[in-house]
Order: sequence, then structure tokens, then C-alpha cells
Amino acid sequence: MTSQVSSPAEQDDGTDGADGTVVGEQRKPGGTKDVRRLDRVIIRFAGDSGDGMQLTGDRFTSETASFGNDLSTLPNFPAEIRAPAGTLPGVSSFQLHFADHDILTPGDAPNVLVAMNPAALKANIGDVPRGAEIIVNTDEFTKRAMQKVGYAASPLEDGSLDGYQLHPVPLTTLTVEALKEFDLTRKEAERSKNMFALGLLSWMYHRPTEGTEKFLKSKFAKKPDIAAANLTAFRAGWNFGETTEDFAVSYEVAPASKAFPVGTYRNISGNLALAYGLISASRQADLPLFLGSYPITPASDILHELSKHKNFGVRTFQAEDEIAGIGAALGAAFGGSLAVTTTSGPGLALKSETIGLAVSMELPLLIVDIQRGGPSTGLPTKTEQADLLQAMFGRNGEAPVPIVAPRTPADCFDAALEAARIALTYRTPVMLLSDGYLANGSEPWRIPELDELPDLAVQFAQGPNHTLDDGSEVFWPYKRDPQTLARPWAVPGTPGLEHRIGGIEKEDGTGNISYAPANHEFMVRVRQAKIDGIDVPDLEVDDPHEANTLVLGWGSTYGPITAAVRRLRAAGEAVAQAHLRHLNPFPRNLGAVLERYDKVVIPEMNLGQLATLVRAKYLVDARSYNQVNGMPFKAEQLAATLKEAIDG
Amino acid sequence: MAETSTEGTGTIEALSLVPKAVARQSMKDFKSDQEVRWCPGCGDYAILAAVQGFMPELGLAKENIVFVSGIGCSSRFPYYMNTYGMHSIHGRAPAIATGLAASRRDLSVWVVTGDGDALSIGGNHLIHALRRNVNLKILLFNNRIYGLTKGQYSPTSEIGKITKSTPMGSLDAPFNPVSLALGAEASFVARTIDSDRKHLTEVLRQAAAHPGTALVEIYQNCNIFNDGAFEALKDRQSAEEAVIRLEHGQPIRFGADRARGVVRDPASGDLRVVTVTPENEADVLVHDAHAASPTTAFALSRLADPDTLHHTPIGVLRSFERQVYDTQLADQLDAAIEQHGKGDLGALLAGGDTWTVVG
Repeated sequence: MTSQVSSPAEQDDGTDGADGTVVGEQRKPGGTKDVRRLDRVIIRFAGDSGDGMQLTGDRFTSETASFGNDLSTLPNFPAEIRAPAGTLPGVSSFQLHFADHDILTPGDAPNVLVAMNPAALKANIGDVPRGAEIIVNTDEFTKRAMQKVGYAASPLEDGSLDGYQLHPVPLTTLTVEALKEFDLTRKEAERSKNMFALGLLSWMYHRPTEGTEKFLKSKFAKKPDIAAANLTAFRAGWNFGETTEDFAVSYEVAPASKAFPVGTYRNISGNLALAYGLISASRQADLPLFLGSYPITPASDILHELSKHKNFGVRTFQAEDEIAGIGAALGAAFGGSLAVTTTSGPGLALKSETIGLAVSMELPLLIVDIQRGGPSTGLPTKTEQADLLQAMFGRNGEAPVPIVAPRTPADCFDAALEAARIALTYRTPVMLLSDGYLANGSEPWRIPELDELPDLAVQFAQGPNHTLDDGSEVFWPYKRDPQTLARPWAVPGTPGLEHRIGGIEKEDGTGNISYAPANHEFMVRVRQAKIDGIDVPDLEVDDPHEANTLVLGWGSTYGPITAAVRRLRAAGEAVAQAHLRHLNPFPRNLGAVLERYDKVVIPEMNLGQLATLVRAKYLVDARSYNQVNGMPFKAEQLAATLKEAIDG
Repeated sequence: MAETSTEGTGTIEALSLVPKAVARQSMKDFKSDQEVRWCPGCGDYAILAAVQGFMPELGLAKENIVFVSGIGCSSRFPYYMNTYGMHSIHGRAPAIATGLAASRRDLSVWVVTGDGDALSIGGNHLIHALRRNVNLKILLFNNRIYGLTKGQYSPTSEIGKITKSTPMGSLDAPFNPVSLALGAEASFVARTIDSDRKHLTEVLRQAAAHPGTALVEIYQNCNIFNDGAFEALKDRQSAEEAVIRLEHGQPIRFGADRARGVVRDPASGDLRVVTVTPENEADVLVHDAHAASPTTAFALSRLADPDTLHHTPIGVLRSFERQVYDTQLADQLDAAIEQHGKGDLGALLAGGDTWTVVG
């Protein structure tokens, strides 16, 4: 489905700070209800793990994307597939921020909370500011359900929600009533209550509905009754909003046309963008893609996605364990594939030895780590940035590996291409550090034209590359390109280039086993020099007011940091911002950039890992600001901290 | 069965996608320029010579042959073969070779491993390679000891083994590699002996012809740390009672004048060894390597006495054709193109729900 929006002329300041502002009021022609225009809204859908909140959020997001708003999402769900019903640990939520202008985060505090049961209300009310709208499913507020989460009295009646605009709606009853014509049990009918809620919210915010209708028909194509029931519930929710007295106002958030460059857009999650980036890299390199992977949250979606695209020549191999996942990928790399392994922190730990082998054999290999809370199993479904030092140093011996980190969900596409460029050019394993927040979050993405994609063409070795003293022509597998220090990639099947590689130290040039002290010293240093010499773009600094304080970030903190910086600047503060995509090697100008500022603040979702690297390498007194609660930074809190740094 | 190998012509069906050698090859074509560094007297020398001697028979372009190994004495093997090779890390060779074989069907991929490498640290990869049935030939050099780390007991060492790490005797029960492989759904399992070049070569021949994963256990003597481990099978006198040579379609008989035979105990279903008489001669089991069920092969693998090695079957215990992983993977790629057309990146990136921003 394609909709057209055109850019109005006036400029938007793009401030991500102010609360949803009413920017206009009009009466809908022919209607009886008020329609208000807002510049942005944050909605949080919350319910039991089995209530389908992720699906509801996904659908609302798709509707919003196709309408042309800018948006940012934050799915938040427990690690258990079905935690006990009605309990606090079982609550699953999906937050969506959408706006008529450029936004960067899923938002700090929801303007609207949809709570499908008492647990969802209790778990989320703390994040909801007074004055916000709360829609609750009153059917679930039974004495027993409320007691289960510790409500002594009903929060709907005890006055504790007086500060909010409360909409008590018997969602379950209304859904069952709407579906009474269908041959469904009550339990089956109740399942569609999320679609009723989606219909209601879609009406409230004037969302286009064709996409959801099409989606339901195709999702339940084999069960036409269920498709029809869900469609009926969805439409009943919409109609309920239109007719009930309780919802007197609906809202419009205009498309964010002026926030976007000209182009065709779609909504995309980080893991999907990453998978597409890998397929694109395979095409641009003209090498078949091979993924060796073992299922692990939150990386598995990349395996799922790539396994759907075998018609692109993509081979996906679900291995017996993490080690076999990377082992198979390395074997495929030896054979001339663009080889990838995907994992999260615990899996990366298991892959360490094989990464070391890839460093020694100097073969291209992409290692994708979708970071999650650690250590050990940690918080499988929550986000964190605490694998940076593992990626940097987590191997025996001197085993340098380049590190690339995407900054937004859509940026995962470009970061995958960049990681492939480095791996193929320098014949090295490359670490791509995404995280759970980027992986599952989504945002609009301008779909690139194919001719915009980088050329990743690779030249395999074809013949001898060295002349011996006696004049004979030979192939030396470790004779390096003088520019990149990369060794030749000679794939099996190439006559005359038969050679053996492995993890034992090799003699420079010939690649034969060598235990010679001077040779080892040379090889250690040359492997390091190769990585240090990787060509990475200079760091760009955003500093319109010649600030004294620089805030430096990496990875998924880009959104919250940028939103915080905008708030500060809107309040008249001068602050500079820079964000690292390359963590190893650092951009050449990083040292010079750091020197220009009196104060450097590094916010990270860890205990200061980038700060440790920066302090060690550049001897600057960088200050850490850390949060490790499994959630992304909130812009307001970050702005307050940065203000203290500026003033301090 | 694809057992149609003929010398130098490379007509083996399992290797039909591997390019053929243009010129006639000899053993020396497969010797690399690297100095062989095993201990003098090591059984590995005999295996290397047998493999180098056998390779020309396959008639494959040697640039399309790859040897992948793990860590251990045996894992130095690839350095001595003038083919492509990878000396990888401990236990992981089957996983690495799986990725290579699954992505390159034009290669003949061989794994060289040992009892510690394959059955201890790499046990998981071995069993999964076997069940997956990737087109790999795994040569497991079993010397029942850790050699490269200088003499600790291995997962095939007999209980009570006195070694550097077990001065009072080892406590753990050993694996029987053939039983293990059969239990792991292996489609081809054979056992042979380093010093019996003729037998070793014949087993390699059948392994090479097998489509899918072939496991060849090679009893190999470590003359430094476990000398004479297989002497019972090598000494002409004792071998008569110890070795049972299996041949497909032949009655399982051995010993002096083939006086001994293997029969099934009707009560337990187990196999046992009897002296063949005119009365019981008809009961002697006829070896069927191609049986769909691995039951009898497993029972054969349990015949040997783990201490004396008496009644050790050698030869091909099982050779049964079933779906090959890399073939099926390639078929899925073809089927995906047939169903959806060749991948169109532009269409993929554009996806379903889009909107356009105009100037």
C-alpha cells in the first residue's frame, strides 16, 4: 500500500522534548465529535503475555508508518513464553511514539496507556504522567485479578486514578458481543479483544485501516472464520469509538513529510534491516551468503528472515551449538562465501576461540552480536551495551577484530554493508554490535536505490603471487597487499594455489608453520597493523554553538542522546554531540576531537566500557554516565545529567 | 549403491560434482613440500601413505580436495597433503567442514581427527555431522591416548588405564566409536587398522563412494604413549582369534580355517561367536552392510572384548544410502527460485507497505 504525502514549506525545530501539543482544533465535517491535531503522541499497549500486545503494537505501527508519521517503537516483553497469567512478571508491552516531525526515541512517558488487565495497569502506571489517558479493560478488573497483583481496592474506583483521563471500557464483553454471530466459544471470541482495542485506538488517531484488514485476511487465510472474527472485532472497536459518549475527541497527527528527504519509505526493525543489509552485501560482493547460527534471543529473527530468502542463494545452517554456527560459517568463508554468524552475548563467549582462528587465518567473517543484558543468561529480552569489551578483547592472544555498531534500527542495514566492506577488503572477522533495543525497535527507512549501494566486489587469487630466487613462480598465502595488508583469498577449486592454513603461527609470506621468535613478533604486529590501518570515515561532530562539553556515544544510545541534546539546545544550552560507528579502529580524528572540549561525557548502557577505551587510548578525563536496567535511556533524564555536566 | 569406483576414472556418483583431474595422477602429486613431523614409528605415517596412495584412484582435480582437521597429532595431517587444507581448532573440524561442504558441492571434503578431538572436545560436532549426513569423509585415528599433550587417557582408553593424569587408573568407561556413530544415525561406519594398507585402502574406497557422511575409525598405534594398543589385532597369531573381517554378502566367519562364526542368540537377539559345525553352519550370519536398520551393525560393534580386543570386526559395518544434507540444501535453493523466481533485491527492500515523500 502506498500513500502520498507532500512536504509543507515551513520548518520544524524537530524538538523531541515538549509533551504532545495541541496544534489546532477543528470539527470533522459531518461528524459530531471534536478532532484535535497533535504534533506527537506516545501510546503504550500493555497486557498479559498471551493478550497479543506485540501484534497489536506492530499493527498500529504499520498503520502509522503507512500514514507517513515519523515513529519509533519499544517492544518490551518477558523472557518466558507464557508467564503465569495476570501476574506482574507476565506483563508484555509495546510503546510507540509517532509524530508529524522527526523524532528519535520511543518516548519517555506515554500519553496513552492501554491496560488490558490489573497487572498491566500496575506495572505501567508509574511511567504514565498525570493528565494522560488510560484505557482499561474493566472486564479483567475482578476482585481476584486485582488481589493477584496487590490491589486491595479497585484502582478504577478508589480515586487513585483521578489525575488521569480514565476510559473504563468492557473490552472483553464488547468483543464477545460483537462476535456472537460467529460459531466461537467464549474463550475463542475473547481472544479477539486486542483487535477491538486496536480498532478503538485506530479510530482515536485516524489511522488507515486497509493494511490491518489485509494483514488479518492473509494471516488467517487458512481459517476464514477466525479472520472474519478478528476483522469484525477490529471494526467493532472502531465503531465503538465513533459512537460512544466516553470518547468525545479524536486526534490527528499529520504526516511527518517535512522531516524526511524525498523518497519511498517503509517501516523496518533493526533485525530485519540487518538481514536485508546482509543479503545486499552478498549481492554487492557477488558472493553467496552463508549463515551459520544457533537460536538465541534477541538474534534469532535474523536467522528466521534469512532462511526465507533461499532464492537469493542464501544458505542458512541451524547448527548444533554456537561454536558449530561460527565454525560452519568459517568453513564457508574458506570456500568463498560471504559468511556470517549471528548471536547474542552468551553465544559470543562460546565463539571466541573460532574468532581467534579466523583472525589467524585472516578470512572474512561477520559476527553479529545482538547484545542483551548480561552476565551469563542475564536479561534475554532486554537491551544492554555491555559486550563492547568482550568484542574488543574477548580472545586469547593478541587478536584484534574490527567493530562496527549501528545507531538506529534502520541504520542496521548500512552497518551490515559497512561490516562486510571491512571484512572483505581486509580479510578479517568483523564484529557487528547491535542490541535488543535496535533489533526489535522500528522506525521509517528510506528504501535505497540499488545503485546507491556500495561496490563490494572481491578478487579471489587466481595464480602465483611470488617469484622465488630461482625464478620459479609460487603462491604464497600470506603475502600481503601492501596497501591493506590483506592476504590473498584463494578458494579451493583454484588450480595451482593449493595451500594449508590454520591456527598455528605461520611464517610471513609462505604461511608455513613457524615457531621462530622474530616471525611471531612480526606476525602479531602485522595483524594489529592491518586492523589499525582500516580506512574508516572521520568522526563528525555536531556543534553549532561552540560548546565546551561534548557528549560522545556509540550504538543504540544515538536516539536518546540526540533527543537529550535537542532539549538542552532548545533550552539555550551549548552542547556538542558525536556518535561512533567504528569502535575498532576508532576514527583517525577522534583524539583531536576529544582535545577540543573541556568536558567529555559518555553515556552508555553498561558500566563505562567505551569510556574505559577512550580514557586508555587518549588520556582524556571522560566522564561516564551509565544505566544498566535493561531499558534505553530516557531523554529527559539524560538531558538533566548532561546539564549537570555542562554546569559542573 | 554407488560402488562403481574404477581406478583413475573418477566415476564415483557421490563425487560426480567434483571436477576430474586432467592428467593421470600419482602418489607424489599428493605429497606436500612440508617435512612430516610425527614421531618416528608413529602409525600416522602408514595412514598418510595409504591416503596419498589412494587419492590418485579417485581421479579428482586435487584443487577440489580439502582436508580439514582439528587439534592433536593426527590433525597435522592436512599439512602433508598437497591439496587445500585447514588445521583448525580442537574438536571443531566436523563443524567447519560442514560449512565448507554445504556451500561447495564441487569439493571432496575430508576430516582428519583423533579420539580426543572427535570424541571428547568435539563429540557434539561429530554426532551432529553424522546425523545430518553432509558429504564428508571423517577419518578418526584412534590410538586410545592423548599424544600431543603427552600421554593422558582419552575417551577410548580402557577403564583403569594408568596415565600421567590417572596414576591410580582411569575411572570413566570408554566410548566405542563405531557404536557411538551408529547411535548417531551414521549412514556409513567402518573400522580399519593403520598397518593393514590393503584393508585401509579398500575401506577408504568404499567411504569415498558413499554419498553422505562416512566415519572411518582407524586403529592407530602411538608408539610413544600407548605402544601396542592394537597388537592383538596385528600379531598374526593372535589376530586369527581377534579380527573379524566383514565383507558385504559373505558369512561372518573368521579364525584358523574360518572355523569360527557369528550367530544370533535366538533368546536375547545378541550376537555371539561359535565354532562352526555342519549343524550350525546355516545359522552363521551373512553380513549385510546395506541393511536399512542399524541393529545388526550395532550388535556387531559390541562383539569385541574391550580389554583383549578379541572378536573385533573390521571393514564396513554399515553403508546405507539416505538423504544427503548438502544435496537437499541445494535442492531447496533451486526450489525457492522455482517457486519465487530468482531473488530480486529491489523488490525485497521495497517490501509491502510503503509511502512516498515528494518534494
